[in-house]
Amino acid sequence: MVELALPKNSQVKSGKHWPAPAGAKKVKTFKIYRYDPEAGGNPRWDTYDVDVDTVGPMVLDALLYIKNTIDPTLAFRRSCREGVCGSCSMNIGGRNTLACTHGWAEVPGKAVQISPLPHMPVVKDLIPDLTLFYAQYASVEPWLHTDTPEPQAEWKQSPEDREKLDGLYECILCACCSTSCPSYWWNGDKYLGPAALLHAYRWLIDSRDEATGDRLDQLEDPFKLYRCHTIMNCAQVCPKGLNPAKAIAEIKKMMVERVV
Amino acid sequence: MSKNDIFQPIQFRTPLSRARGLGASRHGVSHFITERVSGLALAPLSVWGVFAALKLVGADQHTAAAWVGQPVNAVLLSLLLISALIHLSNAVQVVIEDYIHRFTSKSALVIGNLFVCVLAGAVGVFSILKVALTVTGAH
Ligand code: SF4
Ligand code: SF4
Ligand code: FES
Repeated sequence: MVELALPKNSQVKSGKHWPAPAGAKKVKTFKIYRYDPEAGGNPRWDTYDVDVDTVGPMVLDALLYIKNTIDPTLAFRRSCREGVCGSCSMNIGGRNTLACTHGWAEVPGKAVQISPLPHMPVVKDLIPDLTLFYAQYASVEPWLHTDTPEPQAEWKQSPEDREKLDGLYECILCACCSTSCPSYWWNGDKYLGPAALLHAYRWLIDSRDEATGDRLDQLEDPFKLYRCHTIMNCAQVCPKGLNPAKAIAEIKKMMVERVV
Repeated sequence: MSKNDIFQPIQFRTPLSRARGLGASRHGVSHFITERVSGLALAPLSVWGVFAALKLVGADQHTAAAWVGQPVNAVLLSLLLISALIHLSNAVQVVIEDYIHRFTSKSALVIGNLFVCVLAGAVGVFSILKVALTVTGAH
């Protein structure tokens, strides 16, 4: 069954408060989800009153500031800090996005509330377990499939066909879309989710690929594909401005095309 | 909880094996098409249905029965009922699959949904025919 309330051991209790240092000029409160599996107990909301005068503009700047100067136990992922690696995705102010490209001043409300990507098992604090998410991506076999012997040089593609991959190849696999999708929340073990399906489509329309039919076979399933009900959360949150919902609709169109 | 529960802390199956699960069932497109085609059929039929209902507001039983007795009305009414039930059973099945995860309860509900809709269709069409044929027969 769908769980409408959090299980008892996942309910978030209120946690520690870290007041701003004396003489702070500009204070912003950050309310951050904390969970440490080794310490046991429930997750909690810790609040940090940060003197943001010296903090950079992005949420990631604030998180690094907190970790470096207030509380070194705070755990989160980040790498490129410029929106290309997809590792700093989290839920900020109720919306999945990248901490490194989202300004904390843009977050509505008094406090900036930060929690891990929704409905994923939590490894620690803001770090979700994305193992299955990556495996679902791998399951669509995101590489070129060909039977024709390899050409001497490259596989040729017309500029028009290459253009069809625009809006798809830019995905950084941050999982913002899949973890914002209600269908993925309820059936994440069987539904592939918007990110994996966007990639599936990227290979389905690649003019050089020779396995289109097999790929469609592997997707035709009430759960793997047809759990998408075009709710469009995915397109709304994608920090790269991509539209997985549209890619999924195109896959469904291809499914119809081959039987009609 | 299903056997593929992703929240189980210890999983000895590899992630890829979990992602592939039982594989693609290779069906789903016919459900998708049926949902859309029944929706398409419902659009004009339900407009007709609303107009018919408005026309019959306040009519006595004889007038209503005579209206159903006209072949065009009887046929359209049956089609409206059938396409509405096909559309409904498809949609309810999707809702069940979305929210119910235990194999037994899910299957029971999907079958129950099918039975209820087919029964409603059979009773409905039989009733329409009965009224229609009785009326014409009485003339
Ligand atoms: S489609 Fe967008 S939101 Fe989804 S994983 Fe790719 S970049 Fe992230
Ligand atoms: S459009 Fe599909 S994939 Fe995107 S959020 Fe909705 S159900 Fe999920
Ligand atoms: S740190 Fe790489 S996307 Fe944010």
